[in-house]
Amino acid sequence: MTVVTKLPYDKDYIDQFSKDKNEPEWMRNFRLQALEQAESLNMPEPDKTKIGRWNFSKFKHTATGEAVTALEDLPSELQDFFDADKKPENLLVQRNHSVAYASLSDDLKEKGVIFTDIFTALREHGDLVKKYYMQDAVSMDEHRLTALHAALMNGGAFVYVPKNVQVDVPLQAIFWQEDPEVSMFNHVLVVAEENSSLTYVENYLSHNDNEETVANVVAEVIAKENANIDFGGVDNFAAGTTAYNNRRGVAYRDGVIDWALGAMNDGNTVNENITHLIGDNSVSNAKTVSVGRGKQTQNFTAKIVNHGLDSDGYILQHGVMKEQASAIFNGIGKIEHGATRANAEQESRVLMLSEKARGDANPILLIDEDDVTAGHAASVGRVDPMQLYYLMSRGITEEEAERLIIHGFLAPVVNQLPIESVKQQLTQIIERKVY
Amino acid sequence: MAGSTLEIKNLHVTIEDKEILKGVDLTIKGGEFHAVMGPNGTGKSTLASAVMGHPKYEITEGSIHLDGEDVLEMEVDERARAGLFLAMQYPSEISGVTTSDFLRSAINAKREEGDEIPLMKFIKEMDSTLDALEIDKNMAQRYLNEGFSGGEKKRNEILQLMLLKPEIAILDEIDSGLDIDALKIVSKGINQMRSENFGCLIITHYQRLLNYIEPDYVHVMMQGRIVKSGGPELAQRLEAEGYEWIKEELGIEDETVGQNA
Repeated sequence: MTVVTKLPYDKDYIDQFSKDKNEPEWMRNFRLQALEQAESLNMPEPDKTKIGRWNFSKFKHTATGEAVTALEDLPSELQDFFDADKKPENLLVQRNHSVAYASLSDDLKEKGVIFTDIFTALREHGDLVKKYYMQDAVSMDEHRLTALHAALMNGGAFVYVPKNVQVDVPLQAIFWQEDPEVSMFNHVLVVAEENSSLTYVENYLSHNDNEETVANVVAEVIAKENANIDFGGVDNFAAGTTAYNNRRGVAYRDGVIDWALGAMNDGNTVNENITHLIGDNSVSNAKTVSVGRGKQTQNFTAKIVNHGLDSDGYILQHGVMKEQASAIFNGIGKIEHGATRANAEQESRVLMLSEKARGDANPILLIDEDDVTAGHAASVGRVDPMQLYYLMSRGITEEEAERLIIHGFLAPVVNQLPIESVKQQLTQIIERKVY
Repeated sequence: MAGSTLEIKNLHVTIEDKEILKGVDLTIKGGEFHAVMGPNGTGKSTLASAVMGHPKYEITEGSIHLDGEDVLEMEVDERARAGLFLAMQYPSEISGVTTSDFLRSAINAKREEGDEIPLMKFIKEMDSTLDALEIDKNMAQRYLNEGFSGGEKKRNEILQLMLLKPEIAILDEIDSGLDIDALKIVSKGINQMRSENFGCLIITHYQRLLNYIEPDYVHVMMQGRIVKSGGPELAQRLEAEGYEWIKEELGIEDETVGQNA
């Protein structure tokens, strides 16, 4: 059964929206084409989760936000994301669909690094964006949500690191849905050219516990030959936001894409993280942790596809489920024919904190090549009573012991986030969600 | 006050409906070192776990008191805060929790809120104890017991003992898996704890450990009971002659639990 998702936004609206943003013509045409296709494409069907009744159509498409001249002028809820004594040099703050603050160090500018909002990128680096935008990672016509994303894209960032440039300090983006009803059709495009490296960290947040809206977010991450990308992300949309979050990577020869993702949304969420290891010897470590609470339903798919010889993929998914939250964790390691000596490892673990919480870990290995290694570990269970006993035998209360075990369980992502303040902020979110 | 007193009376313990301990009486006072010896399968570790409150062990009869307080009425963490400590034979691995963070939580658990140990003081104490036990400092930043070798786990248990400074400690087979050098180092650490305010129960089936930590009292366990008690000379005789003579003396054929004399 297909639920008709009637959109309040038509061709004329999108045409005008694109013109208002001074977008290149190819982009306007791409949007219109996507809108047309959206009508006939089906919704995605995440394994074992029915999303037919989720809200993907009720939202306000766009809203502006006030810019600030100094970081100190940002509201206090955003201050948590910065180290107080170490101001970020390279930062993009998007407030609704306006840039509230943007900075990039002169050093990086001189080296040709681009770190800007997506609309500026379309105007100033249109050809570069065109080369990668929904080309090699995510396709516009995969299903209705990708098409709608392409048609309605209303924010995001473009990160470009030229050949042989190493970016040693993290690039940080904060996407703040300040208006409780506004949608986030955010598109982040990260391209690292040959022999380059970078660290990028993004945060999403909103406060619409009651007002309904939609986040349809795509990140495309491209690591060229011998490029190295550390990608950190913390999603924290409030209960009213239905989220579709698609982060996808493509790594060429000797390329590395490491993901550290904190999936902390409070609303229904489809979270998809797929990496294609195209080149020989390419590597991806894809780690996601999440906490589910209330009545939210979530579906996580972490998938790494090994195409290249000696390519190496490792998936880790750890989820904590409480109250009546439910989540499916699909871990898929796929080794294509010809990917000799590829390695596909995965670990999915779910910790249940209440009787009514539901969690399911589905490890899947799809292997079309003989000379490979692969492995998986999956578990769904409660906090280990022997671990509790051990910690309590040192005087630690049961509550505190459980807290330590849960934070430890989620540490693989927390510890990997490269910005101390973002790490602390995720720890606070976990603390708030679990207790 | 000269230390605490742990008083175990007529203790009967079952696990999964099988009775393991069949009436153990033992009193440990501050300043005293007791050794409980005996072959495998005689109930020694059950005694240790039952005192600490292991969730799988059920006390069916008897009592445990610490300074007159009913230990069996206490939760595991309350027992620890009351002054009991168990160095475990198989400590759990806690992924994602560093040894250092865990130790600080454990130390602070005993202190009042607002009176937490200052960070610098904690680090200083931890570092000097790590040195005393010849443990690589990076253990503090490793996840608790995760990927530790058998010997590292034992040293970590003693590290905890020395930092938490309990009134009464039970060391369950702390010598197993330790080579002779490690055994000497660990023993030195335990001997440093000796004072009027510290009582210790050492569980082992080798006399070897007792060459380095001299007990004041030695007890032999068989069939879930203490069948013989004496001074350090008892341990030496066991080392020289084994357990057979006790079995003969008491008419025991099979010393393990589940058999009756």
